[in-house]
Amino acid sequence: MLEMNAQSRVIAPAELGNSLRQAGGDRLDRRSRLKFFNSTFKVICVSAAVFVCLVLFGILFLMFRTGIMTFETVSFKEFFFSANWDPENGHFGALLFIFGTFALTGLTLVLAVPIAVLIAVFLAEITPVWLRGALRPVMDLLVGIPSVVYGYLGLTILIPMLRELTGRDLADGLLAAAIVLAIMVLPTIARISDDAISAVPKKYRDASYALGSTRFQTIFGVVLPAARSGIVYAIILGMARAIGETMAVVMVIGNTPQLADSLFTPTAVLTSNIVMQITSVEFDSTWNYALYLMGFLLLAISLLLIVAVRLLQKKGAKAS
Amino acid sequence: MQATALIEINKLNLFYGAFQALKHVSLEIPQRAITAFIGPSGCGKSTLLRTLNRMNDMIPGARVEGSIEIGGTDIYAGDVHVETLRKKVGMVFQQPNPFPKSIYDNVAYGPRLHGITKKRELDEIVENSLRSAALWNEVKDHLKRSALSLSGGQQQRLCIARALAVGPDVLLMDEATSALDPISTIKIEELAQELKDRYTIVMVTHNMHQAARVSHQTVFFLNGEVVEYSATEKLFSDPSDQRTEDYISGRFG
Amino acid sequence: MSDSSDKGSPLTPAPGSGSGARSSPVTARGRNAFARTTGAAARNDRLFNVFVWAVGIIVILFILGLLFMLLRKGLPQLSWDFLVGLPSEIEEGGGIGPALFNSFYILFLSLAISIPLGMAAGIYLAEFAPDNRFIGFIRICVEGLSSVPSIIFGLFGISLFVDIFHLDLTILGGAVSLAFLNLPMLTRVTEESLRSVPTELKSASFALGSTHLQTIRTVLIPVAMNGIVTGICLTAGRAFGESAVIILTAGVTTSGELWDFNLLSPGETLAVHLWYVQSEAIVPDAGDIAQKATAVLIMIVLAINLVFRLPLWMKARKLKG
Repeated sequence: MLEMNAQSRVIAPAELGNSLRQAGGDRLDRRSRLKFFNSTFKVICVSAAVFVCLVLFGILFLMFRTGIMTFETVSFKEFFFSANWDPENGHFGALLFIFGTFALTGLTLVLAVPIAVLIAVFLAEITPVWLRGALRPVMDLLVGIPSVVYGYLGLTILIPMLRELTGRDLADGLLAAAIVLAIMVLPTIARISDDAISAVPKKYRDASYALGSTRFQTIFGVVLPAARSGIVYAIILGMARAIGETMAVVMVIGNTPQLADSLFTPTAVLTSNIVMQITSVEFDSTWNYALYLMGFLLLAISLLLIVAVRLLQKKGAKAS
Repeated sequence: MQATALIEINKLNLFYGAFQALKHVSLEIPQRAITAFIGPSGCGKSTLLRTLNRMNDMIPGARVEGSIEIGGTDIYAGDVHVETLRKKVGMVFQQPNPFPKSIYDNVAYGPRLHGITKKRELDEIVENSLRSAALWNEVKDHLKRSALSLSGGQQQRLCIARALAVGPDVLLMDEATSALDPISTIKIEELAQELKDRYTIVMVTHNMHQAARVSHQTVFFLNGEVVEYSATEKLFSDPSDQRTEDYISGRFG
Repeated sequence: MSDSSDKGSPLTPAPGSGSGARSSPVTARGRNAFARTTGAAARNDRLFNVFVWAVGIIVILFILGLLFMLLRKGLPQLSWDFLVGLPSEIEEGGGIGPALFNSFYILFLSLAISIPLGMAAGIYLAEFAPDNRFIGFIRICVEGLSSVPSIIFGLFGISLFVDIFHLDLTILGGAVSLAFLNLPMLTRVTEESLRSVPTELKSASFALGSTHLQTIRTVLIPVAMNGIVTGICLTAGRAFGESAVIILTAGVTTSGELWDFNLLSPGETLAVHLWYVQSEAIVPDAGDIAQKATAVLIMIVLAINLVFRLPLWMKARKLKG
């Protein structure tokens, strides 16, 4: 048994010294067992971390391997520079989807970013504390609403509204999709920007107010520039979400493979086209390969965005 | 001052990367007595304390030369079991750091780690340890309460009880009173006086008066070196080194 | 609102204001030099305040209003029969029973796979990883994986389960693909929560002679539990509403039975069902079903988020107060 209770014992120094050695312990079993658990656990943790990496590389590999087979029958030039997507007749021009994705993302950001930043300013600088305490959780909950719900909302409420406003028979298209996506990414961008603005040290504000600035001047002259890298980070995250979003878009964009020449032309983007067509094609067909290649493109864009975020964070860390 | 030396430090050098934090430190720490380390901040006194239970192992880039023998065993030798060393050489930190658990679970934490699971045994250890730390009477009726509900001084005594519960022979106190109010400080000092009959205590303090009040032997550090060590009375009344005299008379530090 | 603009600009001179600020405002007799300024800066400030309040309130009310409209149509019509009923392809009155069951079943399976893996990887990153290139590499992988669009996990699931393992669209495929989607989020939450545990607690545990595993198990994880649980709930909420992955890997049909635990059955979930009835189905009451399904979906996701966060908010309040 352990000698814990015998607190009045007097132990000889040499006895204490010997008990420290591995061989000197009488509970060798327990020690080696603990050691074994310790190293096993470490191995498990390392394997899990490596597994996460394997998933990423597995995805990259499979996407690339399947996608690259497109070029056995389709020329590089046709895939990237033709807008004629007619797989039944052997035309695989993906330009319209690539254009659609970029146009949709751009339009979404144009709509969402100014409002999101204003809301962030509102949350971080203007609202009284009690309202802030209520609004922040509400925004957090909005972030958690499933995208298919946003799509449904666009389909059943927004599109009828747009139809009435514009007098068109069909309102599906880039604008409808961009509004839905903007509503969807707005809470994300606003909350992360809000955190960035709140993190600006109070001393900057004090210095600005002490010079006689108004709140407006302080926010635009001092606070927003100081929070810039955090806001850009928020925008990039919102952008990544907009590029990769599938279900909210598929429900309102019209799903017609034609180049969008107006805001109300039914069109398609990379994600919506993949999800609409992938389940109905043969696995070993150029059509399927082309869809995987589009997936690989999406993947590459998303990873590039992450690289951009990391560079930004490094720069931010150096600056502060 | 007792004659038996329990810990012998021999030509100890400690590096953090390229920075040498301890230089050729040699000293002996007697058994069942209080040894105080004093010196200005950054002088290496805490660093030396943390080598005695190898807490410095966890700092990346830390490297040790020389030897520290406890009871004739070099604690940096390959066959030393670090967990057992830390069980035998307990430590109390500068900030009270109880776990966010109940008072009982804090004290029982260590014994459980080392394989004691029987409730009756644990109860006994908890009571004895809390009594030894002079906290039993204050907390015996609410052992299930969160340790964080205690005052700072009580928390620190709880940390002492927690350290005693694993049955150490040496107790290291790293500026254990510096975060406490004067009354709590005195309680801890009185406690240390009681514990010295059963434990070998090494305390780091930034407070010279504390060292003079409680310790039997005092070691004065400066820039990673031991300037002087001797019986406390002698060191404070008749220092042999000019720098020691300057420091204890308040001319620097 | 206007108070603050006064406080903010007590010394702003009023250039060009017609109403009496002369050349030396501070010494002007009979005038309070600190009176409300009427200059452009102050006017901008008030306008700005009003503008931000208006935008903030309108946008938030707009979004909440939209969600409220969705709930208002669907919630009152909900019935037990609808929740546990079998779906119908042709006739009216179909329920969402199997889809609802599949939602929870797939969520449970995916979390059962991803929580242990994600936590172990997070523990490695926070506790065991030396600070070198290898760890930087793993961290980039985790971040990269968390940025992969969900539809890509769907494509990955198809090639893995349909092409390589020759399974059909199944609950198993859906759950595993969804688990991959959850993995990076859980890893990051675990790492961040563990890192936020004060080092003093870790030192205290080591100083009592505990091994690393004992410290992780008995101190770090219990203390970090709040953060980890919150992260798991966020992940679960997201996974519950996820549809793109499920459409590709588990399909848009169910086996037609309510309690079907077979891993190889098709596994349409509630979120997918919502999309399916709205876009593809031919039942005459598709609109009704979609409304009700939306209400159920929102309520469950809100519940997953709220139930576990309420204690945290309350705790945060208590600490402040």
